[in-house]
This record gives sequence, C-alpha cells and structure tokens, in this order.
Amino acid sequence: MFSDWPLLSLTIWLPILGGVAVLLIGDKGDAAGMRRLALLISIVTFLLSLGLYTGFDSSTADMQFVERTAWIPGFDIYYYLGVDGISMPLIILTTFTTVLVILAGWDVIQKKPAQYMAAFLFMEGLMVGVFAALDAMLFYVFWEGMLIPMFILIGVWGGERRVYATIKFFIYTFIGSVFMLVALIYMYYQGDSFSILDMHKLKLNMDEQVLIFIAFLTAFAVKVPMWPVHTWLPDAHVEAPTGGSVILAAIMLKIGGYGFLRFSLPITPDASQALDWLLISMSLIAVIYISFVALVQKDMKKLVAYSSIAHMGFVTLGIFVVFQIMANPANATGSGAVLALEGAIVQMISHGFISGAMFLMIGVLYDRMHTREIDAYGGVVHVMPVFAGFAVFFAMSNAGLPGTSGFVGEFMVIIASYHANFWYAFLAATTLVLGAAYTLWMVKRVYFGEVANDNVRALKDLNSREFIIMSILVVAILALGLWPAPVVDVMHATIENLLQHVSQSKLTILVVNQ
Amino acid sequence: MEAIYLAIPLSALIGAVVAGLFGARIGRVGAHSVTILGVGIAFVLSLYVLYQQVFAGAETFNGTVYTWMLSDGIRFEIGFLIDRLTVMMMAVVTGVSLAVHVYTIGYMADEDDNWPKDSLAGKNAYQRFFSYISLFTFSMLMLVMSNNFLQLFFGWEAVGLVSYLLIGFWTVRPTAVYANMKAFLVNRVGDFGFILGIAAVVMYSGSLDYYDVFAKADQLADISVTILGGTQWNLITVICILLFIGAMGKSAQVPLHVWLPDSMEGPTPISALIHAATMVTAGIFMVSRMSPLFELSDVALSFVMIIGAVTALFMGLVGIVQNDIKRVVAYSTLSQLGYMTVALGASAYSAAIFHLMTHAFFKALLFLAAGSVIIAMHHEQDMRKMGGLKKYMPITYWTSLVGSLALIGFPGLSGFFSKDTIIEAVHHSSTPGHEIAYMAVLAGVFITAFYSFRMFFLVFHGEERMDKHTKEHLRESPWVVTGPLIALAIPSFFIGGFTIGSMVFGDYFGNAIYVAEQHRGLEIVGQSFHSAIGFVEHGFAGWAFYLAAAGVIAAWYMYLSNPASAAYMKNVFILPYKLLQEKYYADKANEIVFGAGSRNLGNGLWKYGDVTMIDGLLVNGSAKLVAWISSIVRQLQTGMLYHYAFAMIIGVLGLLTAFVLF
Repeated sequence: MFSDWPLLSLTIWLPILGGVAVLLIGDKGDAAGMRRLALLISIVTFLLSLGLYTGFDSSTADMQFVERTAWIPGFDIYYYLGVDGISMPLIILTTFTTVLVILAGWDVIQKKPAQYMAAFLFMEGLMVGVFAALDAMLFYVFWEGMLIPMFILIGVWGGERRVYATIKFFIYTFIGSVFMLVALIYMYYQGDSFSILDMHKLKLNMDEQVLIFIAFLTAFAVKVPMWPVHTWLPDAHVEAPTGGSVILAAIMLKIGGYGFLRFSLPITPDASQALDWLLISMSLIAVIYISFVALVQKDMKKLVAYSSIAHMGFVTLGIFVVFQIMANPANATGSGAVLALEGAIVQMISHGFISGAMFLMIGVLYDRMHTREIDAYGGVVHVMPVFAGFAVFFAMSNAGLPGTSGFVGEFMVIIASYHANFWYAFLAATTLVLGAAYTLWMVKRVYFGEVANDNVRALKDLNSREFIIMSILVVAILALGLWPAPVVDVMHATIENLLQHVSQSKLTILVVNQ
Repeated sequence: MEAIYLAIPLSALIGAVVAGLFGARIGRVGAHSVTILGVGIAFVLSLYVLYQQVFAGAETFNGTVYTWMLSDGIRFEIGFLIDRLTVMMMAVVTGVSLAVHVYTIGYMADEDDNWPKDSLAGKNAYQRFFSYISLFTFSMLMLVMSNNFLQLFFGWEAVGLVSYLLIGFWTVRPTAVYANMKAFLVNRVGDFGFILGIAAVVMYSGSLDYYDVFAKADQLADISVTILGGTQWNLITVICILLFIGAMGKSAQVPLHVWLPDSMEGPTPISALIHAATMVTAGIFMVSRMSPLFELSDVALSFVMIIGAVTALFMGLVGIVQNDIKRVVAYSTLSQLGYMTVALGASAYSAAIFHLMTHAFFKALLFLAAGSVIIAMHHEQDMRKMGGLKKYMPITYWTSLVGSLALIGFPGLSGFFSKDTIIEAVHHSSTPGHEIAYMAVLAGVFITAFYSFRMFFLVFHGEERMDKHTKEHLRESPWVVTGPLIALAIPSFFIGGFTIGSMVFGDYFGNAIYVAEQHRGLEIVGQSFHSAIGFVEHGFAGWAFYLAAAGVIAAWYMYLSNPASAAYMKNVFILPYKLLQEKYYADKANEIVFGAGSRNLGNGLWKYGDVTMIDGLLVNGSAKLVAWISSIVRQLQTGMLYHYAFAMIIGVLGLLTAFVLF
C-alpha cells in the first residue's frame, strides 16, 4: 500500500519537520506533550521505513524507491534518492535506533529537553538522507549536516571536557570531508554529473583513482574510525550524553563503512585493489591493537568505544579483503567475496544493536551513580539482578557468542578472509579471545563480586521504561543471531552486482576501447 | 519422527526459559518441576529414539530444520543428524542431566545461605540454577544432534556460555567469578582454532554439512597448503589439527587444561553434569564424529595421541597431591579425558566413546557422591578434615566404592572394560608415537588407583578428623541426593559389560564412525575378544590389573596403615611434590605471560601509541604546530603603520626588480 508513496522523502523529512514541531511545543513549556510527540514521530518514521523492507524487490540490484527532481540545475545537482540492498537495512537501523534513544532520554534529560529530542530527530532525517542520497552533492549536504546536531549534542549535554571533545570530533571529521568534496567536484568536471551511479561508470586512470581513493579514505576512515585516525571516538563518546553515544556508535560509524561500499569500491576499483594491503593492515591492527587498548581502560565508555573500533575493523576487513579472495589461486571454489561483503554489512547492523545496547547499559548506571569508572562499581548483580542479566547478555553478544547477532558478521568475515589468506583469518579470529577478555573482565569487575560500596548498595533496578528498551534490543540481537537470512537475503543482488562492477578494472576497459 | 527429534532439545529449552524468566512467579517447586519435566521428556524421547535406531533398525536421519542463512552459495543450516553415535550421546546427556536435576533439589535446598542476606540476585538463585542446567541440556543436545559445523559451533559455544554462568554461579565469591572468566577465555583459545578449522572446511569444500564434507574428504587430502614460509602441509592435517585445538579447549587437554580444576568453584551438580560427564566430552565426541577426516591424517592422529597421553599421565599425577575432594575428582577427570583422547589418536573411536559413556556414569557418580559428602560436612571440601564417614553415610560410601572401583578399572566394572580396551588398542595401534602413549596410559593406571583410593580412604576410613560441631550433624543425605547416586551406580557397575560386545567390538556404530584400513588396531584387540566374561578373566591376568592393585595397596599403606609414611614421602620427594602442588606452574605462567603480559601490552599501546604518538604528536601536535606558526606570523601584525608601509615599499621594490630582470 505504500508502494507509490515517496517513502524515502517521508523518512527524511518527517523527523526533520517533526523536530521543528517538537521545538515549538517545547518552547511553550509542555515537556510531557513534547516527549510524546517526539516518540510518536520516531515510531511513525520507523514504521514508514519498514515499508522500504516490505516493498523491497530483492531480485534486482537497481535502485528502488527512486525520487529525482532538479535541485540546483546550474550545476546539475538533483534531489535524487534511492536505496539498494546495502542502504535499505542501514536506514531501518537508523529509524529503529532513534526510537530507542528518544525513549532512553525520556526523563533523564532535564536540561533543555525539547532541544535534545529535536536534535535526535534532525539527526535521524539527515542520516537517512546520507544513506538514501544518490546525488553526490545531496549526499555531501546530508553528510556535513548531520555533524551539526551531534556537535550540539556533545557540546550542550556533554561532560566536563566536552569542548575539547567536540572540537576534536568536528575538526577530525571535517578535514576528511573536505578532501571528499574536492574529489566529488573533480569527478563532476570529468563526467558532468553529480549522480553517484554515473560516477560508478566514470572512466578514471590509475593516478586519478589513487588520488580520489585517498580523498575518500580520509573521509571514511575517520568516520569508521580506522586505526590510526580513531582517537576522536573515545573522547567524543566519553563526553557525549548516552543518546549521543548510541547514535554515534550505532549509526554514524556505519556511514564510513557505507561510504567505502558506495564510493570507494565502485568508483576506484583499481586503486582499491592496489591499496587493499593498506586497508587490510589497518583493519587487522584495529582488531588486535585496539582490543589490547580496550582491555586496560578504566572508564566503561572508553572501553566500549575502543571495542567499537575493534568491531568496525571487521567491517573494513570484510570490504577490502574481497580483492585478494578473488585473486587467490588456492581458492578453488571461487566463493568468499560475497560472504565477505555481506559479512561486513551484517557486522554493521549487528554492531548497531550491540554497541547501542552497551552504551545504554552504561547510561543506566551513569544516571544512577554519575560515574563511569569501573573501579567505582562491583557486585551490581546483587542490587540490580534484572539489569545484570541484560548486561551479561549484551556482553556475550559483544563477545560474539553464536545465537546473538555479534557472531554472524564476525563468523562470515573470518571465514571469508580465510579464502584470501590463512593469516588474515588467524589475526581476525584473535577477537574471539580478546573481545571476550575485555568484555568479560569488565563484567566481572562491575557486576560480580561483593557489593563494593554504599553507592552501589543504594542502586535501584531497571524501571519499566528501561526494561522495555533493553528487551527490544535483546529481541533484535537474538532475531538477527538466530535467523539472519531475512537480512542477508535482501543484499544478495546488490552485492553480486557490486562485485561484478568491482572485478572489472576501469583500466583494462580503457585499453580495450583504444 | 522429525517432530520427536525437535521435541527433545526444545522440551529442555522450554523448561529453561520458563524457570529462567518466570522463576520468581512459579517458585522453587514450579521451577524444578518444569525443568525436570522438560528434561524427563527429553530423556524418555531420547530412549525411544535410541530404541528406534538400535533395535528397530531405523535409518540414519539427516535433515534440515531451517536455513539459517544462504550466502555466497553456502548454506548455513540448522539441522539434525541422528545416527547411532548421536542417539548414544543423547541418552547419556539426558540421562545424567535428569539425575543431576533431581539431585540438585537436595543439593541446593539451603541455597539461600550461599548469598548475602540482602542480595536480590540470591532471591531466585534456586530457580535460576535449574534454568541454567536445563539450558545446558538444550545446548549440549544441539551440539550432539547437529548435522553441520555451524550448529556444532553454536552448541560448542552455548555450552561454554552455560558453563561460564554456572562456574560463576555464586557471584559473590571472588574465586568463582575469576574461575568462570578463565574458563571462558581458555575455551575461547580453543574455539579460535576451531573456527579457523571450520573456515578451512568451508573454503575448500564449499559446505558446512558433515556428509558433504566427508564426501569430499579424499579430494581435500590431495591438497597441500603453504602456511608458514615454504613448509607444505596436507590440508586435512591442517583442518584436523585446527579442529582438535577446539577439542583441546573444551575437553581440557594440555596445555588448555588450566580452566577445568578451577571450574570446581561452581556448585557440585554442575561439576558432575558439565565438567565431568557431558560438556568436557564434547571434544571427544567431535573428533569421533569427524573420524572420516582424522583418519586421513596420520600426523593429526599422532598429535592427538601425544596430547592425550601427556594429559592422561601428568594430570593424574597432580591428582595425587590435591587435598580438596572436588579437585581430586577434577584432576581425575582431566586424566580420563586424556585416556579418551589417546584412544582417538589410536583410531579407536568406538573405545573412546565407550569410555566417554562409562566415564559419564561413574564420574558423575563420584562427583555427586563428593557433593553428598560436602553437604554432610557443611561445605567443607578439605579431605584432611574428613575421615571415617563410612558409618555415617552408608549409601554414599557404597556408591562411592562402586564409582572408585569403576574408575580404577577393577575387572568386571564398567570402567574396566573401557579402560582396558583403550590400553590394548594403544598397544596394537600403528599411529606414530603409540609406544610412548602406551607407557603413559599404563603408568596412568597405577596413578589413578592411587589417587582414587587415597581420596576414598581419607574420606571414608580412618580417624575422624572433623570438628565436633560438624561431627554432631553428620548424617546421610536425603533421598533426592542418594537416589541419583544409586541410579548412577547401577550403570557404573554393569553398563560396560553389557555393551562392550556390540559397541566396541561389534558393529554398533556402523557407518557413524569410519576407520581406515591401516588403522585397525582395535580389530586386533577384538580378535581375542569372545565375551565380556572372558574379557574379565583376561583382565585379571593383565598388567593393568596389577598396576591398579598396587596403586590401591600403596594408598592403603600410606593413608590408612601407616599415615606417617605419607609425610615421610613428601619430605623425600619435596621437589616433585612442590612441582605437582604448583600444577607444573601452568597457572602462574599463564598469569604472568598472558594475564600480566596483555595488560602491559595494552597499557603500552594505549599510553605510547594512542596517547603519546597519535593524540600527543599527531593530533594535538598539529594543533600546537598551527598555534606555533600563527604565534610567529602574528608578530608581523604589529599594528604599527610604518611597519606596514616599510613592508609595502620592500614589496614594490622586489616586484619591480623581478619585473625588470625577468
């Protein structure tokens, strides 16, 4: 029934306009009504976005739900939207997570609550825009636009060092974006089009490809974030309010991974192949180096932030290992590349659930104790048994236990990277031990043992609102872990098309044409 | 039939979910009723399936329950493979589990005492415990019933999860929450190898289904792969060793054994169920299931055999010096797992599974008996404070005697048949290294007898060394405890004699286990096997019997007849004693190398990598560089008009010069 609605525009603009309405009501002082409105908008947006799934045709790699109108005709810039099997699941992840963060901030945020809620709604619309945009300029506008609400969120509702963290966050991400902008404009002059799909077909020689690849790399590697441009993330997380951390970890990091899939691989396949060793090394360093760093963190949020970086290492590993999988002469069956890319996307979605859950857990503790120091806790299970049950579940998901979503992506990427090289799989699989080590050690120190002090003794278990949020996440994590087929099936056509595109060198075609 | 297969694990799962989520509402009786009902149904249905497979001649079932995922042409499925190997495991798992469920009612009756008064987590601990053991039963069933590597890994890790939850069940004890983390992490080291093995299987066979992979085994054996430098490895060898590393974690083989003794921090029923009878045998089961692969690699078999022999001998030795009653049984379990592993290495898979089964009964019995003693002793586990319990606890005493005799392989009891078969199979094996393994398993017989009866005499005979208060309260445990003891004592006594003929020397396993032509050492043993009784008679004449008898007599002399000799021996052999006491320093080495090592590495990477290099030098360094440059450039902006005028004149002159000259 939704099939002829402009679903993508609705999912983008409903939360943005809704955010304006929330601001207006909030100004009148009706905080309760404002919250209900914000929740309603986020839920309606989520339900609308489900139409993208039900109406999705998974047999084709073409863009679907396409909307295209001229926006700035002088520069051939279009308001051009559409989704495929890569972006559609990420959009639903975005709308899903927004519902949870609105619920999570419900009565916890007392300072300027309307602005807080509105910021999330704005951000939701802009992030959906990033995933849906098929015009490079439109993409760029959404890409930069979404930084603003996040900047404000950390700057206004953040912790003590929020100014340092916001500036670091902004400059880091902005420097990357500027290079991307240059690359986009260059390609516009080469192909007279800002359409991303046209850019996929654009002929580029190796020098151009390498430069464009590096420009994209600076933008996306910072976003993911990949080692060694990751240090903004722990700072941003530590200072951000809980909801901000959740959105940052669950969605914003995915935009980096999405960028690699949407821009780097198809536009610069030869440069991607030539430089894949660099990206693979950075990913594996992220998995191992960052895991060790996570192990020794004293602040829970920093620990989970580092854990995020390590888990995102699987995303970039999965994306860039495909060239070596396809080139490996020992890979007799010739499979593995699809598995790697699909694993990377599943890992993104799963990490959205799990990192969101981990940050929400820390939020629950922080709201009560106003500290995130692991040493300040101990024996929480004795005062908050229900909460501790959730915590152990999410910790196990974070450690990639089979049956939870955390397992699926890691399993796929490890198996796929074996198809390229035994040692890639070997190094990636260390996460089984390291991921469990830093997660469970934190669980042990925070939740187990005797009640550490009177502050812990005074803790109250989850209220019903928190219980509902956690339960929703448990269902999501289990559903994806026990039956990933519905999510993976929508990707097949898109991924196969992408691989076909990627495996055709743009250079050889040039030679043939001459 | 398929519905029955599905009903078996699900009935355990439903019990676990109900008791876990609604434990507070249904109360203690509700929780243990629903879980016992669930596991009871699973047990009855398992027996029915066993009957169908073994006596009614049902075909092997291999079917899919649902497709988990389809990606890259590889089917990831959840499905069942029901053959004679599976049904035997199902019967053992559900049977022991049922006994443990009933026993737990008695063992956990005073559970509230184990928690701080105001702990909310302690309120429903009883219900939670039942939920966990049912969840374990479900996971273990999924593991043994699997028809593919994915589900195998699922079950593999799920039993690890429940083991983690149960070892750390008393979350208030620092030792328990240390032990459970250690158990999980060490198991993860094994799983690390396991997942790489699975990855290799997927890459070269394109499938996760056992039968598909087995069908391609011969092709895989022709492939050689380069892993390190220029060394060429046979692919099957690589796969088998990687998979076996998983088994080393789960079945606690040296050097991944360190978690099992510490796992005794958990409540005793789970030591019996998980850390003796079922979960730790998952590795043995897995290797037997993979026999079509392992048979193709002599290198892997040899590796398996040596690891097993080392475990069987050296872990048994540690058992001699333990004073904690549960730890003795734990080291005994390690040693017996070593025996099973040696059997695998000798291609005597059926003997390994046979020992797995008899061991499940008598070791569960020994653990539950130890638990019964611990209840009577008010949770005192130190054997030096026991003694003379025979007259207070007759049922526990006699059942323990059956368990101990079965463990040491006294002719006629279950353990005798399985252990003697293994020893003979190793003797006739052709696997490289079997001579050493044979010595190890023979020496192990003496050691087993010695530590078993050392424990038996220290606990049940001799001087009563407990304090007065404990002594006054000594009494036999309630029927929910003794009932399972008797129920387990019966198979511990008889099941070996009844089943050896078909299981080991007959064709019980049919095509479930494959043994290559050149590895049929067990068949040679079988040629001299005519009946169980003949085997017993033969047993009295063998080396093993005299070694066992010597072990019992030595224990009797040192701990009953002349206790001073034990202290004397300790002083004479103080260095070896210390080495055993410290468990070969394995724990200390792990703590220093892996524990402190990774913390230091983490701190180093963080402090020097992230904080100093990236943030300090690059990020904040760039910011400082900009600030520094601007502080210099700022000097030019003096605000003095004549400075600017001077600069303009110089500039104009410079430009003019350039214009004229070039």
